[in-house]
Amino acid sequence: MPSITATALRERMERDLPGVAVATRPRVVEAESKPKAKGKHAAERPDFLATNDTVVVADRLRDAAIYLRDACGYTYLSDIAVVDYLDDGLFEIVYRFYHLDDGDALVIKVRVPRDAPNVPSLTPIWPGADFHEREAFDLFGIVFEGHPSLIRIYMWDEFEGYPMRRDFPKQGDKYIDE
Amino acid sequence: MIKTEELQINIGPQHPSTHGVFRMLVTVDGETIVDLVPVFGYLHRNHEQIAEVNTYLQNMPYTDRLDYFNSMANNQAYAMVVEKLVGIEVPERAEYLRVLMVELTRILNHAGALGFLINDMGAWQTPLAFGMREREKILDLFEMASGARMMCNYFRFGGVVRDLPPAFMPLLKDLLVALPAFFDEFERLLCENEILLQRSEGVGVLPKDLAISYSVTGPVLRASGIPYDIRKAEPYSIYDRFDFDVPVGSVGDVYDRFLVRVEEMRQSLRIIEQVLEQLPDAEGDHINPKAKQNVRPPVGDAYARIESPKGELGFYLVSDGSEKPYRYKVRAPSFINLTPLGDMCRGYKVADVVVILGSIDIVMGEVDR
Repeated sequence: MPSITATALRERMERDLPGVAVATRPRVVEAESKPKAKGKHAAERPDFLATNDTVVVADRLRDAAIYLRDACGYTYLSDIAVVDYLDDGLFEIVYRFYHLDDGDALVIKVRVPRDAPNVPSLTPIWPGADFHEREAFDLFGIVFEGHPSLIRIYMWDEFEGYPMRRDFPKQGDKYIDE
Repeated sequence: MIKTEELQINIGPQHPSTHGVFRMLVTVDGETIVDLVPVFGYLHRNHEQIAEVNTYLQNMPYTDRLDYFNSMANNQAYAMVVEKLVGIEVPERAEYLRVLMVELTRILNHAGALGFLINDMGAWQTPLAFGMREREKILDLFEMASGARMMCNYFRFGGVVRDLPPAFMPLLKDLLVALPAFFDEFERLLCENEILLQRSEGVGVLPKDLAISYSVTGPVLRASGIPYDIRKAEPYSIYDRFDFDVPVGSVGDVYDRFLVRVEEMRQSLRIIEQVLEQLPDAEGDHINPKAKQNVRPPVGDAYARIESPKGELGFYLVSDGSEKPYRYKVRAPSFINLTPLGDMCRGYKVADVVVILGSIDIVMGEVDR
């Protein structure tokens, strides 16, 4: 069974691709969170950035992905998900790779600042990343450098703004007001 | 010599063969496809954004609306990801009921999909009515168990919403006796059918290496010769207890996709028979009584995936510790299976496009989200 754990992947990448992985705080699994007491609510902010997965430098994403494919045998790119951590000022892009024999996913994450969300595109290597990346561009405004046709996929072409961003107005329609 | 020039035409968005509101921007040279670009989003309602405003449980009926043919499978994937995030245990009987429902869904989906595929080939209506006839019987069972035919909303965190009614089992057993005859009839009528062979053999070929790099899943991937089934590769729920085969194709054409689906229906039937043998009798054990439905998962993320009838259906959730998901992402199988459509159609005739699209088996509710 070709199973590489997240910890093993970080160690291997440190050895074979120095400087690609970013140091992160490990996530400690806690019990189900309780409803917070009054007054305490505002003070405590969830710690989203602690993770047990490998976080790589955005510029080296292609190296890391090709390493997963060629050295580890994880040839199947299954999913690309974007999460907007507004309070931390960054987007996290989660890539999920699988081995075609069996086993769990290997996950690599990329973190980019919200004001310059540029990530190298994986579409030239995995054509299957095409729609994932167009969706992320359409709804979050992530710019995938090197994508052959980075155009909106769900919204119409004239639409302004990125509706899945957390600061996108959820009520009212500025297009009607104008 | 005749001088020809390339022409751009739209197939859709309103076209009976596009299975919903879906447009294909086709460049043709005569009848031959030079290029094809799928255009969609007409049904887009920002499902993921709406899910962030709902509580975790409120999203359960909303997942029904993704792939409205397979609401039970959508429910299972969503229930699994929340259970993973919170750490909820599922009782034995509930797991068996879940598998039973999802495998019935697979038969229902494939019966419908194959009927529509043959419809697209020009064998108008009769084979479709065959598939739909069996689908109705399964929908009756779903209605009995969940109260709804299509939007079942049957799963809850830690089990299913209610146990089977007493009249369910006799009807299911009747169906299980009748189904093999239906499969035989379906195969005898169609698998050697001249129309089917002419329209599907060697059409829309997706080779092995392209199938992998294009990230296609489900029957489309298996028809290209890759025996990848999540029920075997990463067994979830209780699928490691069942004995079943993973059918694979050899060429990766439309005919292979047809045959893989026919065989998958038989394998699902095998699983259901094993479920009935092993089903624990503990009444009332359909849900974990300790499982809260109004969950507040700890801060963190989780991903769960199942082999839905159309392919890998995954949910990615990020929790901020509140009663609403911070991020809710759907990895929709029919959306990703559309990626290679342009490559699969290039070089074939316009009439083949309709058949190739039908063989991918898409549902626009899931593609557009």
